[in-house]
Amino acid sequence: MPRAHSAAGGPGESVAAPGAGKTVLEQAEISRMLTRIAHEIIERTQGAERVVLLGIPTRGVPLAARLAAGIEQVEGRAVPHGSLDITMYRDDLRLRPARALGRTQVPPDGIDGQLVVLVDDVLYSGRTVRAALDALNDLGRPRAVQLAVLVDRGHRELPIRPDYVGKNLPTSQQEQVRVLLTEVDGEDAVRLRVAR
Amino acid sequence: MNRHLISAADLSREDAVRVLDTADELARISDRPIKKLPTLRGRTVVNLFFEDSTRTRISFEAAAKRLSADVINFSAKGSSVGKGESLKDTALTLEAMGADAVVIRHSASGAPHRLAEWVRGSVINAGDGAHEHPTQALLDAFTIRRRFGRSSGAEPGAAAGKPGGGLDGLRVTIVGDILHSRVARSNVLLLHLLGAEVLLVAPPTLLPVAVDAWPCSIGYDLDAALPKSDVVMMLRIQQERMNAAYFPSVREYSRRYGLDAARMGQLPERAIVMHPGPMNRGIEIAAGVADSPRSTVVEQVANGVSVRMAVLYLLLGGAEAGQ
Repeated sequence: MPRAHSAAGGPGESVAAPGAGKTVLEQAEISRMLTRIAHEIIERTQGAERVVLLGIPTRGVPLAARLAAGIEQVEGRAVPHGSLDITMYRDDLRLRPARALGRTQVPPDGIDGQLVVLVDDVLYSGRTVRAALDALNDLGRPRAVQLAVLVDRGHRELPIRPDYVGKNLPTSQQEQVRVLLTEVDGEDAVRLRVAR
Repeated sequence: MNRHLISAADLSREDAVRVLDTADELARISDRPIKKLPTLRGRTVVNLFFEDSTRTRISFEAAAKRLSADVINFSAKGSSVGKGESLKDTALTLEAMGADAVVIRHSASGAPHRLAEWVRGSVINAGDGAHEHPTQALLDAFTIRRRFGRSSGAEPGAAAGKPGGGLDGLRVTIVGDILHSRVARSNVLLLHLLGAEVLLVAPPTLLPVAVDAWPCSIGYDLDAALPKSDVVMMLRIQQERMNAAYFPSVREYSRRYGLDAARMGQLPERAIVMHPGPMNRGIEIAAGVADSPRSTVVEQVANGVSVRMAVLYLLLGGAEAGQ
């Protein structure tokens, strides 16, 4: 459920390198949120059985892996996870030059009859998730689909809502939210900056 | 990338690696229950074939259909289509149909280049005379890269989206009828671009005039070249294009330049044998060699669809350059 998460005690106002923007979430907070989401997934799915976590490249993929590891720690059972590239399903392909493709890697048992949790870093317009639902449709027929995001920044353009949220981050459309993850960027942080 | 793909020389190394990386990801959809992507929905691809072709036309058609494009096949076989003006008339017809891409095969070198001046869509050269066949070169490079494990997906732990490498340091020997081969020219340009060392081996009569200006070395002795080759690519003797005696007899050609089991034994252990097809079994390649595990002939055909999907996606999938 979307709920306000207070960044209590976090030095959320510190300014890093010029141009990098304001750090709104730090490593410890991100890690606590992912632990919480992992627990919420277990709770809401009655033990995370027949659950598959699919991350949306780029940064949804390591997030899905971390959530799977978090669930495994509690339940003592491996949770299948993978990645779902949505590039070929985007609705804005013709607005920009052709993009490089990400990797789609579905766990060996597939997604038929499973509960698929889509995992992404930032939820914004909802168009990425719409594309992901289309992509999922071509891969099989899950029994249900849920959505987990680290940051929900608002400004939805489609009727889509997340099931698990790390933090609701009210933003203006002029701002940019950047999620940095150790696996991709060498550090864990969420930064906010005004686009020029 | 340029709007058209007429020559392998239209590609930068970055473009070429991008095509191969994209093809790597697209190759995975052939394992899926629904082998189709919605990406080119509403786009029209015209296959304009003025010359016979089985695998290239089918391969382009499959690639376009897997990307959900509408495909129109135009075969000029049997009609009295000449060159010049009638090609222009055809181009105007295609223009009127609103083709987003034209895949053209023509017996005249330069026909795709000419066509590109007349149509608004992207032109993809599927073989023009003895000039070029860039998608064949791309699929050959893709096949080599996969076999030598330099793709982004080669190591199981490789990060998704991480670009794969080129073909740096690999030694590729192309053997046979270089003179009539568009595959050879495109391959020399592309493989050199990707960092491979290319050696052409052929009888002197089957080498084109200005071959010394190509970015490759030249040899006449196949037996000397084989132990130093990671890849040996056999070309078809194009008897239908031969209007003079280029060698004394087919049997003699086969003796000196054909790849038989004994010659295959001289190759290093990891080396592969390629052939763009169609093969003349028993002339440039022995049947046993063509069917051996080292031969990539069937793989090349399968990879052709993935590579052509990648080319169509990269040319048509995004916004037009400069838009």
